[in-house]
Amino acid sequence: MRVKRVTKLRILVLIVSFVVVELLCQFGLIARFTMIPPSEMVIGIVGLLLSGKLNEDMATTLSSVGIALVASVIVGFAAGVVIHSFRRVRRTIDPLLATYYSVPVFVFYPIFIVLFGLTDIPKIVIGFLYAVAAVVINTLNGLDRIPPVLVKTGRIMGMTRIDIALRIVLPFAAPYLFTAVKLAIAYSFIGVIGSEFILSNRGLGYSISYAYNNFDNLTMYSLILFILTFVLIINMTLHSWEKKLMQRRGFA
Amino acid sequence: MGAHGELRHVTRVYPGNAGQPPLHALGPIDLDLKAGEFFGVVGPSGCGKSTLLEVIAGLAPVSEGEVLINGAPVGGKVVDGVGVVFQDDASFPWLTVRDNIAFGLRRKGIPEHEVAGTVTDAIALMGLAGFEKAYPAQLSGGMRQRVCIARTLVRQPQLILLDEPFGALDQQTRLLMGDELLNLWRQTGATILLITHALDEATMLADRVGVMSSRPGVFLEIVETGWSRDRDSRIVSETRFGEITARLWTLLREESMKAMNMEKKTR
Repeated sequence: MRVKRVTKLRILVLIVSFVVVELLCQFGLIARFTMIPPSEMVIGIVGLLLSGKLNEDMATTLSSVGIALVASVIVGFAAGVVIHSFRRVRRTIDPLLATYYSVPVFVFYPIFIVLFGLTDIPKIVIGFLYAVAAVVINTLNGLDRIPPVLVKTGRIMGMTRIDIALRIVLPFAAPYLFTAVKLAIAYSFIGVIGSEFILSNRGLGYSISYAYNNFDNLTMYSLILFILTFVLIINMTLHSWEKKLMQRRGFA
Repeated sequence: MGAHGELRHVTRVYPGNAGQPPLHALGPIDLDLKAGEFFGVVGPSGCGKSTLLEVIAGLAPVSEGEVLINGAPVGGKVVDGVGVVFQDDASFPWLTVRDNIAFGLRRKGIPEHEVAGTVTDAIALMGLAGFEKAYPAQLSGGMRQRVCIARTLVRQPQLILLDEPFGALDQQTRLLMGDELLNLWRQTGATILLITHALDEATMLADRVGVMSSRPGVFLEIVETGWSRDRDSRIVSETRFGEITARLWTLLREESMKAMNMEKKTR
C-alpha cells in the first residue's frame, strides 16, 4: 500500500521532535533533573514491563477503566434511548446535559471517598461520570438524525416497532454510537488515572505520582510515555476503523 | 394485477395540542382508483397531498370516512400489497444497493435463492447493473431513487403510491424517470397514485389528474388526459399536452394564490 504524503510528513514531524528533544537532553540544554532523554524513557518502559513491577498497577488501572467504560456505555445508551423517546423528559434534561461538561467531577472526590472508602470504586465512579455524558449526547445525536422517511419505509414493509428499532434505527445510528464509545474510552482513562493521582494507593496514576514524589525521574517519565503510547494506539485503531465506517456512508 | 382503491368521504383533522386549534387538513374526499390506472394528484403546497397519501397507505388514520383497498378497509394500518416511494431519499445508507433492494423480501422470510433472483431482475430493470455492491452515498440522487423504486417493486405491490418521487431530481432526469415509471406501470399492471407539484409531469404520466384545492384539500376537478397506454415522454410536443397542462394551471392558479396568502397569515 502506498503511504500518503501527509502521513509521511506526520511521521517525520514525530521523529524530528523526538530527535530534537533527545539532543537537547543529551547536550545538557535540558537538565536531567527536569527531563530525561526520550531514549532512556523507552529503555525504562521496557525495563519496567520486563521486571513485572507494573503488572499489578496496570491490572488495577485497566480494570477500573474497563468497568467505568462498560457501565458508561450501557447506562449512557439506555438513558439516551429513554430521553429520546419521551419529549418532555428531553425538554427538561437538554439544558442540563449541555452544561454537564462544565462540572469538574473531581471536586466530588472527597464525597466518594466518604461513601465508598479508599477503594477502586471512587475512581471508577469518576471515570464513569466523565464518560457517561459523552455516550448520552452522542446516542441522542444519532437518534435525532434518523430521517423519518426511513421509519415510514419500515412501517410500509409491515415491520413492528421493535423490528424497526433493531433493523433500521440501530444500524443508522451505529456510527454515532461508535463515536460515543471512542469518547467514553478517552474520558474513562482521564477520570480513572486522574483520580489515582489525587488519592489512591495503587494504579498507574498513583505510580507516576509516587515516582514524582521520590525524585525517580526514570520511572515517572517512562510511565508517562507508556500511558501516552497506550492511549494513542487505542485511539488511532478506533479512529481508522471509524473512518472506514464513515467513508462507506459517504461522510468523510 | 392492480388493486382497486376506494375513498369514501375521507377526512383528516389533526387534533390540536398545547392550546392550538385542530387543523382540518383534508377532505371530505371521494375517489375511485380503478384497477390498473395511473392517477395523478396536483395541488397547491400545503393542501394535504401528502396527508392523502399517508391515509391511503395506512400510515395515518382517517378522522372520518373510510379507505378500502380491494374492498378491505384500511384501518390506519399498513395493508399488504401497498408500496410507497417518498420524495426524500429513503435508501438505507448502511446497506449496499443489492441489500437495500432485498431488505423487504428478507424481512418477509423469503428463501435467499428466490430473493437473489428477484433482486437481480429488479437491478437490471432499474438500470442499476454494475452498482450492486455500491453504497447509496456513492450514487447520484436519481440512482438512489431508483434503488427505492426497485425496493418497492420487488415486493410486487398492487398499489404503488408515489409522493413527489422525482421532486429532488433535475428536469432531464425527471423526464427519463417518468418514461421508466410508465414502463414499470405497463409491465406490472399495478395501480399507481402519483403526487406531484409538476403539472407537466402529471399531464404526461397520468390517465386522470385530480386537482386539489387549498387546505382543507378536496378534489376541485378530475381531468381525463386520454393518452394511450403505451405513451412516453415524447407526447410533450403534442398540442393536447399543452392544453391539458394549461387546464390544470387554470384550475390551480387561484387555489395556489389562496394557499400563499394562508402561509403569509400563519407567519
